Amino acid sequence: MKEGMLAEMAGFPGHLGDVIEGYHARPVTTGPTPGVVVLHHAPGLDPWSKEVVRNFAYAGFAAVAPHLYHRRGPGDWADVAAAARADGLAKAMPGDQVSGDVAGAAAYLKQQPGSNGKVGVIGFCSGGRQAFLAACDVPTLDAAVDCWGGTILPRMSEPSAWHPPAQGVIHRAVDMSMPLLGIFGNDDSNPNPAEVDEIERVLTDLGKSFEFVRYDGAGHGFFCHDKPNYRQAQAIDGWSKVFAFFRTHLQEGGSGVHLDD
Amino acid sequence: MCTWMTDKVELAGNARGVPEWICVTQANVSYDHPAQAPFDHAMLIDFVDPAQGVGARVAVELSVASAAALVRALQAALASPEAVRDLRDQTARSAVDPS
Repeated sequence: MKEGMLAEMAGFPGHLGDVIEGYHARPVTTGPTPGVVVLHHAPGLDPWSKEVVRNFAYAGFAAVAPHLYHRRGPGDWADVAAAARADGLAKAMPGDQVSGDVAGAAAYLKQQPGSNGKVGVIGFCSGGRQAFLAACDVPTLDAAVDCWGGTILPRMSEPSAWHPPAQGVIHRAVDMSMPLLGIFGNDDSNPNPAEVDEIERVLTDLGKSFEFVRYDGAGHGFFCHDKPNYRQAQAIDGWSKVFAFFRTHLQEGGSGVHLDD
Repeated sequence: MCTWMTDKVELAGNARGVPEWICVTQANVSYDHPAQAPFDHAMLIDFVDPAQGVGARVAVELSVASAAALVRALQAALASPEAVRDLRDQTARSAVDPS
């Protein structure tokens, strides 16, 4: 583990060259360093999301969380997220914009001194959906982790629903160009276990490289230790799967060699 | 006349205010993941003035039961003779002058 790290807000070009902000943390090391793009959950670039970035730095990765609502600012992260939520998903975070921002974040990490040239992406909640999309849209990435990403499959509205049907991203899976790790809770309602089954079926039929890990006794967002859905045992095991996956796919020499060795 | 009638509703949730009075021109209501309240989903109510930037926002995050209790209290207050009269008058004025 790397006790020393540098963390700060940084600016870098995102979609269409827009300079966006992101939270960046990197270990103090002279060794080659892989990178991870962290996609925050729907509530925004909150303190928990920044802690995730620092945890990656602690584990030996350079990480950056692009503020996906940056264009709706400036302002406090919660106010900016509320404004984005009022705009609706399609306007606040269109898929091509997110993929452009992810590509920009990956390029930023690769430009940093000490980068080993490999970058993965991990996303939570709506960010999980975006990580899935990035695995199909951003070929400069090397591996992707989807944590309980909702609405990967299209979701029909109930007759009484007050919102329109949500468009999924599963149709993009044919273009998935990197290994995918999925982390899901069996008590989640979006995605529910039947939807995870269907995503698994599509990826299997397409011959994609993927692994899904599902946890009993966990629902949505069970890594978030500042939320009531946190499930300690499942989160510890899930994080170990995430770090092992990224060590396998982002570190030169592959599995079995640990960054902190 | 002064009604001096207040319905107190027990709530579970969080709220975030601003130090001074602000103009609010819009309410955004959603049932989604809260930023602070200790629930997976919560009734999120933002009173905002979009023209004044994202910080012009009074935010409330309520448990679903609290939100239902608040709706009942609002409906009860709206049934008061004064509210019925004012709503009728304002609706009539809006019909004459939609601006």
